[in-house]
Amino acid sequence: MKETRHTGDFYIRSKGRRIVIIGNGISGITCARHIRKRDSEAHITIISGETEHFFSRTALMYVYMGHMKHEHTKPYEDWFWEKNRLQLVHDWVTSIDFEQKQLQLQQQEPLQYEILILALGSKPNMFGWPGQELQGVQGLYSYQDVQRMNENTASCQRAVVVGGGLIGVEMAEMLLSRKIPVTFLVREERFWQGVLPKEESELGMRHMREHHVDLRLQTELQEILADDSGRVRAVVTRAGEEIPCQFVGLAVGVKPNIDLVRNTELEVNMGILVDQHFATNLPNVFAIGDCAEYRVPLPNRKSVEQVWYTGRMHGETLAHNLTREPVHYNPGPWFNSAKFFDIEYQTYGMVPNEWEEPVQSFYWEHASGKIAFRAVFNGKDKRLHGVNSFGMRLRHEFFDQALKENRTVEEVLVKLQEALFDPEFYEQHNHEMLQAYNRQFNTSLQPEKKKKKGLLAVLGL
Amino acid sequence: MKAIQKTGLGIFLLALLLFNALLFMGQFELSEAQLQEAVKPEHVEVLRQELQPMLGKTYTSSFGFASDFNSYLDNYNEERQRSQQWDRVIWDNYAFALTRAASQGFVENNKLLLLLLTVILGAAGALLNILPKHRAEPAGIKNNGVMFSSNKSRGVVGITIGLYLTAIYVLLYWYPEYIVNWALLVDPLSYALSGGPASQWFLYGTIYTLAILVMGVRMLRKYRGNNYQMIRTASVMFFQLSFAFLIPEILVLLNLPWYDLKNIWPLDYDFFFDYSVASMLGSGSIGLFLFIWGIILIILGVPLFTYFYGKRWYCSWVCGCGGLAETAGDPYRHLSDKSLKAWKVERWMVYPILVIITVITLLTIANYFTEFALLKQSTGVLHQWYGFLIGSAFAGVVGVGFYPLMGNRVWCRYGCPLAAYLGIVQRFKSRFRITTNGGQCISCGNCSTYCEMGIDVRWYAQRGQNIVRASCVGCGICASVCPRGVLKLENGPEQGRITDIPVLTGNESIKVLN
Repeated sequence: MKETRHTGDFYIRSKGRRIVIIGNGISGITCARHIRKRDSEAHITIISGETEHFFSRTALMYVYMGHMKHEHTKPYEDWFWEKNRLQLVHDWVTSIDFEQKQLQLQQQEPLQYEILILALGSKPNMFGWPGQELQGVQGLYSYQDVQRMNENTASCQRAVVVGGGLIGVEMAEMLLSRKIPVTFLVREERFWQGVLPKEESELGMRHMREHHVDLRLQTELQEILADDSGRVRAVVTRAGEEIPCQFVGLAVGVKPNIDLVRNTELEVNMGILVDQHFATNLPNVFAIGDCAEYRVPLPNRKSVEQVWYTGRMHGETLAHNLTREPVHYNPGPWFNSAKFFDIEYQTYGMVPNEWEEPVQSFYWEHASGKIAFRAVFNGKDKRLHGVNSFGMRLRHEFFDQALKENRTVEEVLVKLQEALFDPEFYEQHNHEMLQAYNRQFNTSLQPEKKKKKGLLAVLGL
Repeated sequence: MKAIQKTGLGIFLLALLLFNALLFMGQFELSEAQLQEAVKPEHVEVLRQELQPMLGKTYTSSFGFASDFNSYLDNYNEERQRSQQWDRVIWDNYAFALTRAASQGFVENNKLLLLLLTVILGAAGALLNILPKHRAEPAGIKNNGVMFSSNKSRGVVGITIGLYLTAIYVLLYWYPEYIVNWALLVDPLSYALSGGPASQWFLYGTIYTLAILVMGVRMLRKYRGNNYQMIRTASVMFFQLSFAFLIPEILVLLNLPWYDLKNIWPLDYDFFFDYSVASMLGSGSIGLFLFIWGIILIILGVPLFTYFYGKRWYCSWVCGCGGLAETAGDPYRHLSDKSLKAWKVERWMVYPILVIITVITLLTIANYFTEFALLKQSTGVLHQWYGFLIGSAFAGVVGVGFYPLMGNRVWCRYGCPLAAYLGIVQRFKSRFRITTNGGQCISCGNCSTYCEMGIDVRWYAQRGQNIVRASCVGCGICASVCPRGVLKLENGPEQGRITDIPVLTGNESIKVLN
């Protein structure tokens, strides 16, 4: 699809304009904050039915595990909103009248807007399994989901988690933190197959098994069985095995949460269709975050990106576009991170799960089997495409720059010392990795060290 | 494994019960000879008369004995004061010494056995509970259930422990005569180390050191696999055991002043007070060395080490208060107040306290050099008030007693003048910072939650800013609990240490803002 409209004057610039944001997740809140920074006059209202105040969605698991209370997951203190004149409305929007520029709320009076920003987020996928509506069966996305999970697992002897991705492994960790044994059904041959190369996937699976996750690969959910009271009592796999359980976590991905705007004038596909400025087909209506779908995806990127970081960048960029000359969304080299139980994962640039000539890969794994590094690059000119790291922290700035400057894998490996971000006194692996590269690719690269000068060098600082 | 741990906890609780029961045991009977030995010659005659009804009388607990003694003495002093015979008032505090002298019977006769059954068995029970922790679990920090724990989350257990600790500190500082039986327990150890009987301070030092060692082992279990935490914990355990506990006692054995070589003015607030200076300078060349060593630490050690490593070199690697906070206090670290208001209160408390003790110290020194012409003996009143309010009530009672209520660094954050001094250097002239890893922060809040100093680490991390704060003690827990590898404690060039980037790494849409 082509860009449908010109970038000119595509929003109301009047002083004291009424900007309404639906959704108080990272996208909506980032956008609101950045608009406020550059427009002190605008009336900014943020509506959310989920919670009164912004909280970190990625931290929901820690609340269930007892690492934090809900208060701890709020990045800003409660006085922040009033001080910055960001009006909060704690209510659900039931419908939008794009003609009248009016929002109907479940409990409160209708709201007028001049500029509407839709930051609706996602909701868990449900694939129509028989029994998916039973009590004790749920996904994990919202504040309410965690409340429900608390209730649903109060007296749970065994749980089943379905899905081979990040939320699945999070749910497994959450349940195990409460000593509930977990059977983890993964449809594919290995964990997170669509994203991770084989070795990384296996590293993750080893670690999950070390934590006593009962991992079942190539196992699909057939149906969920109820007991007499309408609660889940077991799941049946495609192969016909019945696994007794009192809780089923459905973690098979999320989809844009756009029921509110379906069958309206707003153009939607999987998500709300937006151009490179996050403008929808309707004037003064924008969409950002998980619920937005690019009409023209950026090179090497998906058309819907449901990641904390992209949501934040959407918010930053749209806020800029609503207060300055509009710019195209340009998110720079991809990065992401996660944690599988105790093993942290970071990725910079593009590392596919599989590759073909001329793309090549260098993979190193520590003897412990818990630390690993992969660099994927063009075999001809050695240009780095991306890296994965497990159990080892790497510096974002370093790889951001290396990828933007089209550095080769070898330039990066000899300088890797600069990229190490592990805490002090941790064993450093960059030399071992370089030697492994030398062996694999018949090179004789030597590590480059930043030279220290004077007194500091003498003191070893 | 579970059974062993439960047994350990049971043993610890029984030992604790016996330890507390000890306070109500034993007999106390003061003889004239003991009185003569325990008090100054000029007070012997007066006290013999005043305490006549007590002499030879058998009390069944230290409480009865000490309260009788206190009331007789108070009566006497009040009368002298009423008749304005100021020179005849007895200012000396003999309650502890006399109660100790009068002690006899069960506790007095079974010191070693009771030491074994309370302190040693208690520590062993605690270790039995701690050592099997996290066995058969892969290395990794688990804060599972912290917020559901009655102990760690200001529940009934936490509040009870807080009250108990507070009560112990009140007894220790102001009513040591009631805990004579506890001091008796560690008598054998005191004789072995310094050749003298145990004071309440020796008792305190012993328990304090044991708490750091035992709970240090807990740290080593909890943070296994994290070298920074392991080495740091080993460091505070080492400094407490050697510098704060053994070396000072050995100095006493050698007839030198009790001196903790790592305690630095103004935390060691009486370093320049006339009586300490006199005691150091009166102890020959080693005493002189101790005095000069203390001054070098203040004027060179603090700025230099803090420049290179930040205040963590002291606060979370060496200091005794920090040592207890980082070990025994670790289960309570998340209870610190993270609000902006608390930060304001912090600044309005800790810096004024630094100013106050600096002024008191300067006055004392000036007074000393003018041969007490300047203020006569009135600096003594200042010393007493500072010692009472800050040295005892704040640092001890609130500082440790309130661990389960306000977190483990209340004293360090709001009260410690040395922390204030180190903090000023750290903020304005240091290579230390906590680096934020580009745009990787997910604002989850683990860093802020587990910051014992109440720094809202996330506030900086989510903006991609380095954390440069006067109060940061560099414990490194924020970096340890971060699930995305966003934080790193670093010493590096001062240039670029304090950052303010308008747009986080990763977004190329907006080149320059504003």
